[in-house]
Formats: sequence, structure tokens, C-alpha cells
Amino acid sequence: MDTVLKAELKKKAAKIRTSIIDEVYSAKSGHPGGSLSIADTLTYLYFAKMHVDPKNPKMADRDRFVLSKGHCAPALYAALSLRGFFDESELKKLRHIGAMLQGHPDMKHTPGVDMSTGSLGQGISAACGMALAGKIDSAGYKVYTVLGDGELEEGQVWEAAMFASHNKLDNLVAIIDNNGLQIDGKLSDVCSPMPITDKFAAFGWHVITMNAHDFDSIEKAFDEAEKIQYQPVAIVQTSVKGKGVSFMENNAGWHGKAPNAEQYEQALAEINAAL
Amino acid sequence: MADVIKKATRDSYGEALVEMGKVHDDLLVLVADLADATKVEGFKKAYPERFFDCGIAEANMMGIAAGLAASGKKVFASSFAMFAAGRAFEIVRNSIGYPHLPVKIGATHAGISVGEDGASHQCCEDIALMRTIPGMTVINPSDDIEAKAAVYAAMDIDGPVYIRFGRLAIPVINDFDGYKFEVGKGVTLKDGKDATIIASGLLVNEALEAAKALETDGINARVINIHTIKPIDRDIICKAAKETGLLITAEEHSVIGGLGSAVADVVTECCPVPVVKIGVNDEFGHSGPAPDLLKEFGLSAENIVKVTKEAVARK
Repeated sequence: MDTVLKAELKKKAAKIRTSIIDEVYSAKSGHPGGSLSIADTLTYLYFAKMHVDPKNPKMADRDRFVLSKGHCAPALYAALSLRGFFDESELKKLRHIGAMLQGHPDMKHTPGVDMSTGSLGQGISAACGMALAGKIDSAGYKVYTVLGDGELEEGQVWEAAMFASHNKLDNLVAIIDNNGLQIDGKLSDVCSPMPITDKFAAFGWHVITMNAHDFDSIEKAFDEAEKIQYQPVAIVQTSVKGKGVSFMENNAGWHGKAPNAEQYEQALAEINAAL
Repeated sequence: MADVIKKATRDSYGEALVEMGKVHDDLLVLVADLADATKVEGFKKAYPERFFDCGIAEANMMGIAAGLAASGKKVFASSFAMFAAGRAFEIVRNSIGYPHLPVKIGATHAGISVGEDGASHQCCEDIALMRTIPGMTVINPSDDIEAKAAVYAAMDIDGPVYIRFGRLAIPVINDFDGYKFEVGKGVTLKDGKDATIIASGLLVNEALEAAKALETDGINARVINIHTIKPIDRDIICKAAKETGLLITAEEHSVIGGLGSAVADVVTECCPVPVVKIGVNDEFGHSGPAPDLLKEFGLSAENIVKVTKEAVARK
């Protein structure tokens, strides 16, 4: 990747990470772990990849984004706000009474949110529907959807996986955030969906792997995805839950918990120090 | 006497979709491996490029429909009531209802009149489930004419719509002058002062038959067809409660959460009068020919007469 772009993306990712911490701290609840693990991918999508216009969020030929793992809304809101879809001041109102930003994405009220999600397994189906609409209209847009690895335990994901390959939805890219942890613990201890890559390949998808925290790897994966025809693409990203905040990293306990004041300060200091 | 024309509303649904396909060249139809049974086969043949079989995966089909609607598409999603409202409930609630996407759900094989397939397929809970979803319009047509009118009307509703169709051929009853289908508006089919029979779906014809029989016994019953369970016609129900003092509801659905519950919800607020509910009494059905099952479960003119007489006697 171009070094200037990479430096810029790193800065944006750090900003998104601090916003995630801010949001969850202000809300006193929410999901920091999985939000931090997708921060770099969302940075790349919103600042180097997707064709979107913050001034015209419903633009017909925009690329679509569906956060199938809707509980990681803090990451999406941080990216949307930084991209200019709405004012940054909304972030600190997340989950508050009367706030625009709901605990899980709400397409009716938040500019830039293409689909309401939160109940796992459903976003990918809606993303398939959007991709199918694109095919029917011979539109050039892409549909990106991010799923959790634990989310793959939902049967509906595999119904959608069948549908996407059957209908040759090559305008659909599903990113699987493989951080290995879910609320109840390690995926391997709860109900393992592994091997993820083999499963998507068996369902007829083109599978790409990437390091979720390395922009060179991210760029390479999305460049490859771009070239695939007649097949949907699954990008399985190896990520670190809680990435960027030492005490949250690889700790299922931070799946859905807000930091206290001391932890909040430490988290921000660590993210900024890494820049 | 002319022969009574009978037709299953699932057939009406299929025919209406073909007609709608002509008018709306962007109408899409989805099904979950039940193209022939849900009667969308005709649309498939007429417009194969606008027809998508999602396979035996109703949850995903509802999500696909949501994604299409979010992309500006007009879409009908078809399955049996059991799977459309039952299996896919949470997807209908969260992916369609919550974002208020204009997905139209065509649910066939509703109620006990599914017949031989038995309890696993006899959905008597769908109206209860669907009417709890905020913003969902729920329509239960009473015959061929009304079923088609409901499909046409649904296209103009800017929100999700659930329409319930049956497998059993039932008499055409709305072929009278002045019939007009309006979403959310009940239809008074016969006036009366002693009691009001409020019916929906295939029980409307039974209610009319019952009212005729009741006249010979000196009971003057009003008959109202409530095709739209949600939003329900409060005015027609409250007026009937005030003027007749007794309501008997009749539906091919559980007595829990369906038309009877919806009517009771209304009158407890505007004019509390007795509401006697005829429906499936919190039990599962079983296999058998549909006409026999309807009789057995009390979903017949005969039972409406009996229940109405008893209720009038208690007035």
C-alpha cells in the first residue's frame, strides 16, 4: 500500500478506536471488543474503498454496507461520523434516551446505515437481497457485510451462503471477523464453527484470508475480491478482539462491557501512544 | 338457484400476482420451495426473470425480501403461514418490521383447513404473531374477490403487509353491487340489532349462513366482515357493540390473539359488551378432510348459530 495512504489510514483507525472507547464509556454499556477488532477494516472500507457520499447517503449507485454483527455499532458509528455522515457530537449520546444512535444500527434514523441489524444472522440475508437487487438492475455497486465468527453459529448465515452462491452474487463481499471469542468464551469451547474457510468454500464462495490489523493485507484481500466473478467472496480476517487496548485484547470479558474511568483513560492513552 | 362458485384464496393470490406483474414491471416474487402450493407458479411462468426460489429457507427468504425492499424493490414473499409467520417470525420482526420495509408477505395454507397435512402445518397462530409487530398490516380475505383486492391494495401500502390465504375452495361471497375493498375498513354484510357476528376469512360465509338461520328463529343478527385485522376498524366494531350489545367473533385461528382478541381489545375501551369468541380453542389440529375438521372444531354456521343463541339468551 502507498505509504502516505497507509499513514493516513492508521491515523483514522486510531481516531475510530478512540471514538469507540468514548462511545461505550459515555453509554456505560456496549460492545468494545468486537468493535475494536473491525476498526481497521471499517477504516479501509470507508476511507479507501467504498463509493459513498455523506452528503447523499441514499445515493442509488453507492456501495452498501451491512453490519451483520450489529452489536459492533460503535465501530460503524465512529467510521460514519468520521466520514462525515453525521456530527461527532452524536457519538457521546449513543444509547441515551432520545439519541439518534441506537444500541444496534437503525437504518431509519441514522444516515449511512443501510440496514437495521442486531439480531445475528440476519444482516447477511439482507445484504444478499441488496446484491440481488444490484444484479437485477445491472448496477455496479458492491455490497459489503461484516459478520462475527460466533455469528456463524446462526443457521440463517448458511441459508444465505447457499443463496448467494446459487445466484452468483459476485457483487457481495462478506467479511468474517475471526477473533475467536464470543460472549460465553472461546468459539472452540462454545460451539465451534471452524474451519470457516473450508465451510464457505464448500458453500461455493471464493475465500480470501487476511490479517485484520495490517493495511497491506487488507488492501490485497479487497483487491482480490474485486476481481472475482460469478461467486460471492468471503474474506476471513484474523483479528484480535479488543485490538489496541492491552487489557481488552483477546479477552471475552470485554465483549459487552464498558470501561470505568481509569480504564477509559488507559485505553485512550494506549491507542494514542501506538500512533 | 345458481351454483355457488368456489375458489381457494391461494389461487386468487396467484392470479392477482400475475395481474400485478403486468402493471408493475418491477414486481419481484420470492418463494421458499412452494411455488406450486402457494400458487406463485403462474408468476414464475409469466415472469421467470422476476421470480426467485430461495429454497427451503424461509428465514433467509424474509431477509432477502428485506434487502430487496431496502433497495427500492417491490417484493412479495410466499410460503405457508406456518413458516412465513411462525418459523421466520423474528426475521419478519427485525429485518422487515423494525425498519418498516414494504415487504408483502403472502401466506397460504393458513388455519385448520389445510386438512390432511395435520397439526404441524395447520397454523392458527399467525394473525396473533403478525399483529404484534408495530406497523404491520394484517389482512385475512374472505373470498376470491377480496383476496385479489387485498393483493392490489397491498402494493400501495408503504410498509409491511401480511396477507393470509387458504388452501380450501370457499364460496365467492363478495360479488355484490357496491362491494368495495378498503384496507382497515370492515364491511357490514347484513344489518341486525340483537347481536353482531364479526367474522374473518372463510368464517364470513359461515356467519352469513348462520345469520339467515337465526332469522328464522327470531334472532336478528348483524354480520360484519373484518378483513383487515390490523389496523382494525374500531368505528364499525364500537358501533356494533353500542347498537347490538353482544359480539360473537368467528375466525379460523386460535381464540388467543386473533380477530376475537383484537375485537375484545377495541370494545373494552369504547363499549364493554360481552365478546364470545369462536375459533380454535387453544389446541392443535389433526389430519382429516378440511370440511370435517372445520365442523369438528366448531368453525361452521351451525356452531355460530348455537353459540349466538346461547349468548343472546344470556343477554
